[in-house]
Amino acid sequence: MLLLQCPYCGVNAEETELAAGGEAHLKRATVGDSDEAFEGYLFMRENKKGVHLERWRHAYGCGKWFLAARDTATLEVFGTYPAQTTEPPADVTENIRAKYPDWSWKETA
Amino acid sequence: MSNAVSALNGKTATGPVTVQELGLTGMVTLRGDFEDEGFAAAVTQLTGLQIPDVRQFQTDGVKTVLWMSPDELLVVLPYAEVNAFVAGMNDALAGSHYLVANVSDARAIFRVSGDYAGEVLGKNAPVDFEASQFVAGMVRRSRVGQVAAAYWKLDDGSFRVVCFRSVAEYVFGLMATSAKAGAVGVY
Amino acid sequence: MSTRLANSGRLIDRSKPVEFKFNGKRFKGYEGDTLASALFANDQMMVGRSFKYHRPRGVVASGAEEPNALFNMGEGGRFEPNQRATTQEVFDGLTIRSQNHWPSLEFDIGAVNQLFARWLPAGFYYKMFIHPRPFWKHVYEPFIRQSAGLGQVPQEKDADTYEHFYYFCDVLVVGGGIAGLAAALKEGQAGKKVLLLEQTADFGGRAVVDGVEIDGKSAEAWVQETLAALNAMPNVTVRNRNMASGVYDHGYVLGYERLTDHLSDKSGPRHRLWRIRAGHIITATGAIERPLSFAGNDIPGVLLAAAVRDYVVNWGVSVGDRTVVVTNNDDAYRTAIVLKNAGLAVPAIIDARASGAGPIAAEAEKLGIRVLKGKAIAKVKGKTRVTGVKVCLQAGEGSVIEEIACDCVAMSGGWSPVVHLWSHCGGKLNWDEDLAMFRPDPSRAPTGADGKAFVSTVGSASGYLSTADVLKDAGLEVATNEVAAAPLEPVWLMPQGAGPKLRMKAWLDYQNDVKVSDVQLAAREGYESVEHTKRYTTLGMATDQGKLSNINGLAILSKSLDASIPNVGTTTFRPPYTPISLGAITGAARDELFQPIHKTPMFDWHDANGADWEPVGHWRRTYAYVRNGESVHDAVNREILNVRENVGTLDASTLGKIIVKGPDAGKFLDMLYTNMMSNLGVGKCRYGLMCNENGFLSDDGVVVRLAEDTWLCHTTTGGADRIHGWMEDWLQCEWWDWKVYTANVTEQFAQIAVAGPKARLLLEKLGGNMDLSKEGFPFMTYVEGKLGEFDARIFRISFSGELSYEVSVPASQGAALWAALQEAGKDLGVMPYGTEAMHILRAEKGFIMIGDETDGTIIPQDLNLQWAISKKKEDYLGKRAQERSFMASPDRWKLVGLETLDGSVIPDGSYVPAPGYNPNGQRNVQGRVTSTYYSPTLKRGIAMGLVKHGPDRMGEVIEFNREDGTMVKAKIVDPVFYDKDGEKQNV
Repeated sequence: MLLLQCPYCGVNAEETELAAGGEAHLKRATVGDSDEAFEGYLFMRENKKGVHLERWRHAYGCGKWFLAARDTATLEVFGTYPAQTTEPPADVTENIRAKYPDWSWKETA
Repeated sequence: MSNAVSALNGKTATGPVTVQELGLTGMVTLRGDFEDEGFAAAVTQLTGLQIPDVRQFQTDGVKTVLWMSPDELLVVLPYAEVNAFVAGMNDALAGSHYLVANVSDARAIFRVSGDYAGEVLGKNAPVDFEASQFVAGMVRRSRVGQVAAAYWKLDDGSFRVVCFRSVAEYVFGLMATSAKAGAVGVY
Repeated sequence: MSTRLANSGRLIDRSKPVEFKFNGKRFKGYEGDTLASALFANDQMMVGRSFKYHRPRGVVASGAEEPNALFNMGEGGRFEPNQRATTQEVFDGLTIRSQNHWPSLEFDIGAVNQLFARWLPAGFYYKMFIHPRPFWKHVYEPFIRQSAGLGQVPQEKDADTYEHFYYFCDVLVVGGGIAGLAAALKEGQAGKKVLLLEQTADFGGRAVVDGVEIDGKSAEAWVQETLAALNAMPNVTVRNRNMASGVYDHGYVLGYERLTDHLSDKSGPRHRLWRIRAGHIITATGAIERPLSFAGNDIPGVLLAAAVRDYVVNWGVSVGDRTVVVTNNDDAYRTAIVLKNAGLAVPAIIDARASGAGPIAAEAEKLGIRVLKGKAIAKVKGKTRVTGVKVCLQAGEGSVIEEIACDCVAMSGGWSPVVHLWSHCGGKLNWDEDLAMFRPDPSRAPTGADGKAFVSTVGSASGYLSTADVLKDAGLEVATNEVAAAPLEPVWLMPQGAGPKLRMKAWLDYQNDVKVSDVQLAAREGYESVEHTKRYTTLGMATDQGKLSNINGLAILSKSLDASIPNVGTTTFRPPYTPISLGAITGAARDELFQPIHKTPMFDWHDANGADWEPVGHWRRTYAYVRNGESVHDAVNREILNVRENVGTLDASTLGKIIVKGPDAGKFLDMLYTNMMSNLGVGKCRYGLMCNENGFLSDDGVVVRLAEDTWLCHTTTGGADRIHGWMEDWLQCEWWDWKVYTANVTEQFAQIAVAGPKARLLLEKLGGNMDLSKEGFPFMTYVEGKLGEFDARIFRISFSGELSYEVSVPASQGAALWAALQEAGKDLGVMPYGTEAMHILRAEKGFIMIGDETDGTIIPQDLNLQWAISKKKEDYLGKRAQERSFMASPDRWKLVGLETLDGSVIPDGSYVPAPGYNPNGQRNVQGRVTSTYYSPTLKRGIAMGLVKHGPDRMGEVIEFNREDGTMVKAKIVDPVFYDKDGEKQNV
């Protein structure tokens, strides 16, 4: 059972206190966007074996959404960070690269 | 009004660890920008207390201000003072961006006290209640069994537990059962 | 004869005799006995029958690895099958019964199976019962079910209670042997918060039994001193009878604490499940001795060598008077020496190694024990207990050299580290050729959240077998009196050239009756993967999970495949280490604590007044208030007619209520709802629809504008948390610069719908300071003030089509207001009504219901709700999705009303068939019913449904299917059946 630290209240919360929210940093497509762009937003997900940037809500806690960089295969957590950002912060990226030097995120690749 | 009743009307399970529903208690949710001087000043003006640090609370024995989230406080105060408090907050913060909501009746509040009160809570929540870890002045939101709850610990070692009103009976039953089952003997 | 010895027995208290019952007979034991030791003390060698062949079985081991000695334990509400005699302590009044035999343990009809054992090899059932196909259901399966299973299922409700407990520590040490004690001491001295768990009642593990001296002290003294030191440390917690049953991700461990299993006094929780979160886990779980595979190794009286020693030293019982020791290593010599020193006979040590043992051999021979080198057991004699062994050459095929009379065989095939906990989260193993064991590979440990190892092993769990090596692994350099051991020689089959006849009697898995020949058959038939072989033969699939059998089976398989053992690999280790009770997993969550029931403030009144309860989300709502002599259906019809004719009250407290406030709240709600909410006037109400980003309807409710910057959003029952979370998601993760705060105030208010032509009269009777007149309080507005003595906010909204108000008061006043309404409304004919009446009232008006008319694939346009979709807005959640070609297709099924021609009610779930069949051979369909009721108002069946091109087909008669194959004809009509012009709600 995972433990993730909520970056807002500092609680090292176990999975039963959290709600998972899927892939992070999706860009909302809407009226005016192409069918392809909308399909990408609504359905296309990375489904990574490896480093995944994902959304979690501290549901049984402060109620805030936060983001986590987690290895879906080893469950290593490279960092958690507030949701009010469009890309992973530098320190998290650094932690990931310390383990996987070639790692790049789809948006920065 | 005279017929107002709390969720369990003061129900109590007495024992080495006593679980007591505290009856009608004033509770107000405050949302705002803690960094904003006006907001902080209003809180202090109406409670006499500072905005607490992360996962802490401030209390003068009558009023208590608890940190609930980075932009949410819970003020606990006598039930009869709630309307005046809410009106006062609205006056003080008029024109700014904030939210104040009376949630006194939306919640049930319990006192859990006695030798192994921490262990009783530790039977139903994924929280470290060991005395050296969960010290007086701390607040922790988590769950009790299958429902949401907030815990805080007073100087006398007793805990307060708040949950939603609709599940007060479940929460009381769970804590009273855990209290009756006895101490684990580790904290 | 197994018997109690005059002396010895370090764990029993001879001053405290206890009495228990075995198969109805009274047996005596002492406090400290396990059930197994007490049975031996009473000469009960045979303890059960095996699963498949019903062969007589005796105790083999002395701990958690025991495969045979499983019992039905207790009676009535405390009955439980498959309790392990080697880990169950005896207490006064304990009752047990042996399992898997009929009519009795001694005479068992199922034992005929062993006569046919030749024809019941691995895979027999798979092959035999395939043909003819129909026989499976009617002949084979009932027969197999009858004979399958181990033990009986409890029939009564569990009389015990259970609980959970969360615990957090820096270091968890699993195992209270010398390695665990030393590791805990070291971590404790380093200032870590340490929890030490020992699965049995006692500490010290094997060292205290083997009588090793540590730095000149007896192991017993060393253990007691170390325990005392640990208990004196405030940062160390030591618990016995607490088994770490599994290691899970990120340092999560379950500890299974048995509190009353060993006591006559059963008060208090029986088991406590510790939900431990440890920074690091050290497994000091020791090692388990392996049996040797020789013919007849399952006959009662054949035990593991160390177990025979345990029974003498720990419990003062001898398994037999004359014990033959058979081994491939030096450790078993200790058993011979212990037995001899206890005054018992050891006719021979049969050592499979041609070169024999190290210095310990001389010690044995000095005691007069005959040591046979390079020899093996060809066959054990005896049926329900050992009577002797036939000796042969280990190198040969089993020609008998001599026979030795004995009543116990103590066997040792070497030791396997207990690596279960290490492996649960992916710790890898290396095969140690010299010691013939899988050892944990510290370089491939399970890793945690920080990417570093979070489990390590110490002592025998790491593969160290001498006391000095064990303690060195735990960081202690000590001197011991142990002599150097000669190397072990792997022996996987005894004798190595044993023919088919012997192999068919050489057992690997005692509980599931798997023999050497079965594994060889599996290999021959192509089951080369160890996981496939396991499933084909059931090797290691019994309740002991192959603790004794897996390595031996693996070795046989690897030989048959001509592959090395590490290349064949092990099966996966999964929690729990040994079975744990379902009660422990459940904890306190039973009866009224099984699931939280959400109750409204008026719950008790409903309950006292005939409520027929209905779960709605986690809430309990009143389906109908049933009066004496009424059916539920009668009650529903009465309630509906009363709303239509007089006035009714509905507990609507469960509706979600969320405050949305801030300068950007209007903009935010315009995104959330398909309607425009920013232009709603203060004091006004508007019905709104919410969709997800896929365009599908997710919720609906009345939105009220409380102030310039404040709205109150009502959600469906059970939708409050979801919609509040949905709002917060968008505010926190997408539009975090928008100034909006939300608060879920659902439970702050009790809400009562007062509906019916006399609704206004009723409210006016309560008095107060609000103008409730038609003019002063128009439809879709709200007022606030005193209603009688209540602090009320009243919304004039209607879900029934009648003149209707929803009165909202603080929850603390809800019960009193409800009672006041019933009292005040007596002469107006007020009656409470439940959710079913509410459903039918709304259906008569053609109002949709989320969850009935919607199912997660319905867009508002399907329900002709275009009027609730703002044309002025550029965007709202779901808008883009609704522009997709499929959503805009004219062929989508649309909402219509349905009137059966014969007045009957269309069955729930009915479809409208269309001509032809789809590619799957299923009948095509062109519509389905979504809500269908008997309307007491119209005195006929009414329904709503989704029908292809429905609104264009008004007046057409279509057919709905019934379960019995007949059809019911219904006319497509307008969905509003009652008061089409809305005059009733506007009075």
